[in-house]
Formats: sequence, C-alpha cells, structure tokens
Amino acid sequence: MSTQIEKEMWTTKLRKGWQKNLPIEKLLPDTQPAYVASWIYLFGVGTLAALGVIIASGLVLSFEGASWYHYSSVGHFVNSMHFWSVQFFFIFMVVHLWGKFWMAAWRGKRLLTWITGALAFVGSIATAFTGYLIQTNFDSQWISYEAKDGFNSVGIGSRFNVTNFGQMILLHVAFLPVIIGVITLIHVLLVRAKGVVPPIDAFNNELGERK
Amino acid sequence: MSDRRTELESAPWSGRTRRYDLIKEGVVAVLVITIVVAALSTLFGSPDDKQITFKQWAVAAPADFYATTVQELAGTSGTAGYGAPYNHASDGVNLGPLYLAKWLGVTHPVDTVNDFVITPLTTVSNAVPVADALKQWQASDSKTQSTWATNYDTALGKANGDTSKVAAGNYGPVPTLAGGLLTMAQAGSLDGALLSQGNYFQSDNTKQTLFLGDGNYFNDQSTASNLQGSTWGMMNETGRYPGQAWLWLYSFWYQIPPFNNGDNHPFGANADAWIMVIMGALSMGLVFMPLIPGVRSLPYKIKIHRLVWKNFYQEENL
Amino acid sequence: MGIFHHFMNLKAVYIHWGWFQISITNLLVILSMLLIFGLALVLPFPGNKKGKEKK
Repeated sequence: MSTQIEKEMWTTKLRKGWQKNLPIEKLLPDTQPAYVASWIYLFGVGTLAALGVIIASGLVLSFEGASWYHYSSVGHFVNSMHFWSVQFFFIFMVVHLWGKFWMAAWRGKRLLTWITGALAFVGSIATAFTGYLIQTNFDSQWISYEAKDGFNSVGIGSRFNVTNFGQMILLHVAFLPVIIGVITLIHVLLVRAKGVVPPIDAFNNELGERK
Repeated sequence: MSDRRTELESAPWSGRTRRYDLIKEGVVAVLVITIVVAALSTLFGSPDDKQITFKQWAVAAPADFYATTVQELAGTSGTAGYGAPYNHASDGVNLGPLYLAKWLGVTHPVDTVNDFVITPLTTVSNAVPVADALKQWQASDSKTQSTWATNYDTALGKANGDTSKVAAGNYGPVPTLAGGLLTMAQAGSLDGALLSQGNYFQSDNTKQTLFLGDGNYFNDQSTASNLQGSTWGMMNETGRYPGQAWLWLYSFWYQIPPFNNGDNHPFGANADAWIMVIMGALSMGLVFMPLIPGVRSLPYKIKIHRLVWKNFYQEENL
Repeated sequence: MGIFHHFMNLKAVYIHWGWFQISITNLLVILSMLLIFGLALVLPFPGNKKGKEKK
C-alpha cells in the first residue's frame, strides 16, 4: 500500500541505494582490514592532502587576482605554496599509481576505481597545464606558444585556445577543478564503498589453490 | 581469474581488522604536507621569469623585430603561413587523409598585415614619413602591397637583415612602415595597441603571442632556458626549479626519429598530430589498463605485492 | 622571495646521455620517487599484529 508507493519514488531509490552501498560506517570507518599495513597505503591520502593545499593556496591566489603574486611578497609565498604542493601532488599520485598497479587493485569488481583514478591523473595533468598557462610570466608566454601547435594539429585548437588567457584562467579555476573534483570524489567514495582490495592470493586456501 | 575468486575479493572483508582513524590520518597528512611545502616555499620560492614585452624585444633585438615585421607584411612569417585556425594560408598538419585543423576552419582569424602592423600604426600619431607611408599603403591595392612587401622581404634576407646593405628596389612604403612599427615598439606603444586591440576589456593574447613567436628573440630566450621541445623542454622549468616530470613520455616522442626531423614525411612534418594521437591512445590504455591482456597480468608475474602484504602472507601461511 | 632565490634562478644544470638530457632537479625528483616507492615497500610498518576478528 503506502510501502508500494514509496518504492517507486526516485528519492527513496537513491536513499536506499546509498544506504546499501555506502552506509556511514563505510564512509567513516574506525577499522580497516589487517592487511592494510604498509607505507604504500599512505600515498592516496598524501595525494589528497597535497590537493587540499593546492586548493587552499589556489583560493588565495584567485581571490587576489592573476597578477598579485608578481609584486607582493606574501603573494609570492602563496604562489610558492601552490607550486610546491603541485609537485608533491604529482609525486604522491604517481607513487600511488605504481603501488595500485603492482597490487592489481582493480580486482574484486574495482575496475571503476582504477578508471576514475587514471582519469583523475590525466585530468590533473590537463588542469596543471592550464595553471602553467596563466602565470602571466615568460613561462606562460612560451608554453602557450608551443602548446598551440599540439592542440591545433588535431583540431582541438579551434575551441581550446591556449593563447587566450581569459579562457585558460576560467578553465583552470572553475571548469576543470569541478570536473577533477567530481572524478576524485567518485574515486574516493568507490574505495570506501568497495573496501581496500584484499591481497593477491588472499583466498588461495578457500579456493584450494596454491600460488 | 575465477568467478569465485572475484566474488570473494569483492565481498566485505571478514578477516582480522586493525584500528584506523581516518579523520586523524587525513588531518595529519594535511598538516605534514603544509609544513613541508611551507618550508620549501620559504627556502626556494617559486619560478617567476618576467614576461617579455614588445618593447623589450624591439630594444634588445631591433634588427630581428624589424625583419619579423617585414615578414608579417610579406606573409612569410610563421603565423602568416600557419593555416587553420588562424588563416587559410596552408593546409596545416595532417594525419594521413585527416586534415582536422583545416576542416574545423579558421576560428581565430589573424591577418598578420593588418593585425600586427597596419592597425597598430594607425592608433598612434606617427612621424610624417610614417604617416605618409601609411597613406600610400592604404591607397594601394593588395597586389601592389604584396609585391612591395615580398620584394623587400627577399632583399632584406639577401642582405642578412642589414638595412644598409639592401639593394635598391620596388619596396614602396614597406621599409618606412617597418621602421615606424619598430619606433612604436621601442616606445612601448605597440604593447598597448596589441593588448587592447581597440577594446577596453580584452583577455585574449593570441595575436601578441603569435607575433612574438614569429621572431628569433623570443625563441632565443627559450633556448637559453632549455625550454625547446627538441631538447626535452616540455619537462623543464625556468631556473633550477623542478619542472613537469609527468610530461616525460609526451616529451620523449619529439626526441626520436621520425618525429625529431621536420623534413621527414609524413611523420616528422606532422609530428605534433601523430604524437597527440599516440599520447591519446596511451592515456586511454592507462585508463582501461585492467582490460589489456598481458599488461594486466604483470603484477602476477613480477610479485612486488609480496612486499606490500608481507606480514599478511606470513600470518596466513600463504 | 625564497632564501635561496638567487641560487634557484641560476641556469639549471643538465645531465646528457646521447639524445637524452634531464635537469639535475628533475632527476632528483624522479630518483626520490623511486626511492620512496622502494622504501614504502620494504620499511616495516608499525601496528598491532594481533588484530580483532570481525564478527
């Protein structure tokens, strides 16, 4: 009766799907499997932490405007925070990728976790690239001059104009962070929902297989 | 990979657990990274090589600026002959039968004669000879203009850019126009004119960047900082700062045959397009790597994972 | 400006092997990544060996 009507509602479907796949206990656990005991597991959270510093320093830079950091010493410091946190972001992300590859972390129906992670990597490179273009210094001039040839060669330059500062800055501070943010969020939620992948050969005994 | 194994690997873990403070881990990670990044920022700062202006170019390398201006009028500069998306001067780069840039058309039109030279000259009040040269140019038809400019470009080239050694010829007002733009650039007005392009608000630097890149001065500054694509420049930063190590594979293809030789056809001459395609394919390969046989079984063959889960394997006798 | 701002804005030093070249800084970054990856795998990880069995 009323139960029948509730089941058809989109909101109810979404709520029940969410509660089934990602209850709050999975989102904010206080235990983890005993096999999660290696320093390699720190590089995912390291990447996210670096991203946090990138966003925080980036927010200050965007508030103060595109040229601020050239003539303000505080601005230069904030720009330096943004620069070095990007370095750590990529260092940690790549080491995280190496780890996840050698752990075959896509096992146990975790293909989408791998896909979203790799997309976040590729997307981060694109986002960083737009950042390099908007430094309003010699490096930006050169990078835009060179990169235009790559994008023009496959027709992308007809819409994505690296020498258009106005377009690049909006892509860097609005459009791309939203896309990367969503992909990263899905990636992290998938890890929470599916749990950390068990070791390779963890179930050999149950399956009666020798390694 | 058996279905049963997949079922077991996807099920919630029912074995031993350990305590885990997710929020504390996140907070500590942010604090540690903030401190390390702040320390590096305090010690090393960040790269910020000053932007190059047309004034700087015209003052430091006037002969180069002058010769480039003549090329813009003659249509022999890199931009003038580029093709889509700036003009129709060439078919541009192709991937076999695919002329993607050309097919997508001239979406960012650039007319080197007017955008780079004539229009900027009309925005300032010039010395009488330059003003007269402008009038002469604007009163002539495009065929005459082209003849003057091409003649002078050729003659200047033969004289190795030394205007005092250029043979007499039918150059019309071209030498005076080029000299007028040089004066304008050295005064700093060309930066203003090219920046605003007649507008109040303007945020598109395409024309400036293309004009700047047509000369040797800009390229020489890049060579000095080792930023040229042919020397792994895509990975490099100005000064001694870390660059973009993550672009290593994109940069790699430009260093090897056939892509490192612009005279090689079809791959060297169209290197930008082919390398974009290669990198696009490799990126898709990375994204869908678990579906690629051979690659996806490497973790089972090279057992680095035995180090990750060393304790677990010992405790479970695996 | 960083304390070593002047040093960091000098010309980079490059290592060459035939057609390959890399700045010392980038080389240090890449070597550090390999090192921390290796260390992450071999360094013992602290933690209670006796965990709880989940119900």
